[in-house]
Amino acid sequence: MKNQKRWVLWFFLSPVLLWLVLLIVLPQIDLLTMSFHVENDDGRMVWSFANYLTFFQEPIYWLTFVRTAVYSILVTFLTFIIALPIAFYITKVAAPKFQGFLMMLLLLPFWVSELVRVYGWMILLRESGVINHFLIKLGLLNKPVEMLYNDATMIMGLVYTSMLFMVIPIVSVLESLDNSLIEAAYDLGADMWSILVKIIIPHAIPGIVSGSIVVFMLTLGNYLTPNLMGGKNSLWFTEQIYNQFIASFNWNQGAAFGFLLLVLSSLVIWIGLKLTKQNLKKVVQ
Amino acid sequence: MQIDLAVKNVTKKFKDFIAVNNVSFEVPDGSFFSILGPSGCGKTTLLRMIAGLTEPTEGAIEIRGESMLGIAPNKRPVNLIFQHLALFPMMNVAENIAFGLRRRRENKTAIKTKVQKILERVDLAGFGQKKTDQLSGGQRQRVAIARCLVLEPTVLLLDEPLGALDLKLREQMKVELKKLQAKVGTTFVYITHDQSEALVMSDHVAVMNQGVYEQIDTPQNLYSNPKTPFVARFVGDNNSWCGRIRECQDDNAEIETDEGAVFRTKIRKPLPPGAAVDLFLRPEAMLIQPDASLSALNRFEVVVKDILFDGANSRLLAHPPNTDTELLIALPQNRQYDYIKKDDKIEIGWDAQSGVCFPHTHGKRKKSEKQEIA
Repeated sequence: MKNQKRWVLWFFLSPVLLWLVLLIVLPQIDLLTMSFHVENDDGRMVWSFANYLTFFQEPIYWLTFVRTAVYSILVTFLTFIIALPIAFYITKVAAPKFQGFLMMLLLLPFWVSELVRVYGWMILLRESGVINHFLIKLGLLNKPVEMLYNDATMIMGLVYTSMLFMVIPIVSVLESLDNSLIEAAYDLGADMWSILVKIIIPHAIPGIVSGSIVVFMLTLGNYLTPNLMGGKNSLWFTEQIYNQFIASFNWNQGAAFGFLLLVLSSLVIWIGLKLTKQNLKKVVQ
Repeated sequence: MQIDLAVKNVTKKFKDFIAVNNVSFEVPDGSFFSILGPSGCGKTTLLRMIAGLTEPTEGAIEIRGESMLGIAPNKRPVNLIFQHLALFPMMNVAENIAFGLRRRRENKTAIKTKVQKILERVDLAGFGQKKTDQLSGGQRQRVAIARCLVLEPTVLLLDEPLGALDLKLREQMKVELKKLQAKVGTTFVYITHDQSEALVMSDHVAVMNQGVYEQIDTPQNLYSNPKTPFVARFVGDNNSWCGRIRECQDDNAEIETDEGAVFRTKIRKPLPPGAAVDLFLRPEAMLIQPDASLSALNRFEVVVKDILFDGANSRLLAHPPNTDTELLIALPQNRQYDYIKKDDKIEIGWDAQSGVCFPHTHGKRKKSEKQEIA
């Protein structure tokens, strides 16, 4: 009986284990060892910290790294600022029969691939794009302005891409918020701001944190949006990794960069959890 | 006496539905006022209008003579205790109680002493650091009350706060609330569908049905002198007969019920012979096997259908022979009536002064009966 149980457990666990070990753990270990190797003068691979040293010695690399980290945090924060009122409106203000429709509206853009959505933005924003066309027609501009390829546009694109992943967890925590708590706070003399800070946000914090983790990781690891909307003016660290692997064909350097990004995201999330006094187990639920 | 709360011709409409219809009443300072009515009668809507969470469609609400129209709930000198208490789960007991004081930006040491004092007053001294989910139902109740009382509101509104408690605790809290109100002297406006809560605690009770007031009176008067058939049915248990006037002189009438029995009863307003009436009689107004020397009693025979034993509140379920009208008769537990068994035939007598008689109102009666079942 006991043996049989164990057999069943292994049977169902094995696909997951295989997937984890073969596709994630093994390649990562391989990349990790790769990141500590460099080619010596004889053309042979030897153990070395040189790849990591290069990162710290070349300002372009670590500047991009810091930039990516700071902008990812900024994007996460902006997404939260926009998502909270949306989630609040959907759960507490909109009529119940309207809620499904609003969620549908949120989901709809995600039926289209990210690439197509980003190209949509490019059609709107580029120098010969729709917005410039109308602004000139209306006489507000004399000559077209390039709205693509700057930090602001790229951040807007990243926020737009991440929106849904913040709204959905917040919607689900706000649904469990008893309306009478808000009314009670209002009745006890709280104004809108203190209701938000003392009641709504403390209640929604698990959803906010899990949404933030997802948005932060997606943003940090995003390649498409920074590449297409930010262009050469707004470098993203993933582009550096891509360049090492594909353009320079320096897999060792690329692997080192990849691990630095992994450390960065783990570190930022750990700090975030500590600051909000949440633990990962609770947030993941 | 100062009037703390005045509700003047207040009406609330939700699209086509009239939840509260032209209601007026005044609550004097320091009294315990209850609004009693079946669920869906508009009492919660009324309370929410007083708290400011809903605006009335018409009419005025005044607190200590000041109009409250257009004033937000956080600016009104009233506080509401919610049906499910709405304690903030993200805060401990002391933070819950201090919430309102903090919003008023009182200084920290003052808040601390006030919280301490109010915790002692509701017998929860030392509970300040507990989480709200570590408390029992009764303790949560008292935290909710303390959270409002610490703000020293002119009027404290309570929305069926005992509804979620079990019976024993509810009985206990009833007495405790009454005592607390007497101690703090704040005006309480309490809404409930439980007539016993309203009768036990209140100085005055307003009975509400379908958005209008049926009667506002002391609990004693509501019970012994109901002004409408609805009040007679809703407050306490009552037996009822339909019948017609045979003879009427001043406030005395002879009534023949639809089953053919003839009773003498007092009547509020004289009615012409032949008029249809509803006659109400309390279970405890009926005497079992009355002494033959009491000549003024209405007497009739009933067959005992069942004995409903419930301690001091025991009753007989009986019906007159050959009819199926069920009657509830109080059965005093002094061992005098232990001989009564099921299917016995016994004589019942009642005094003409105990009967309450109203002109028959067909439509209204049906509705109120439905609500009683619900």
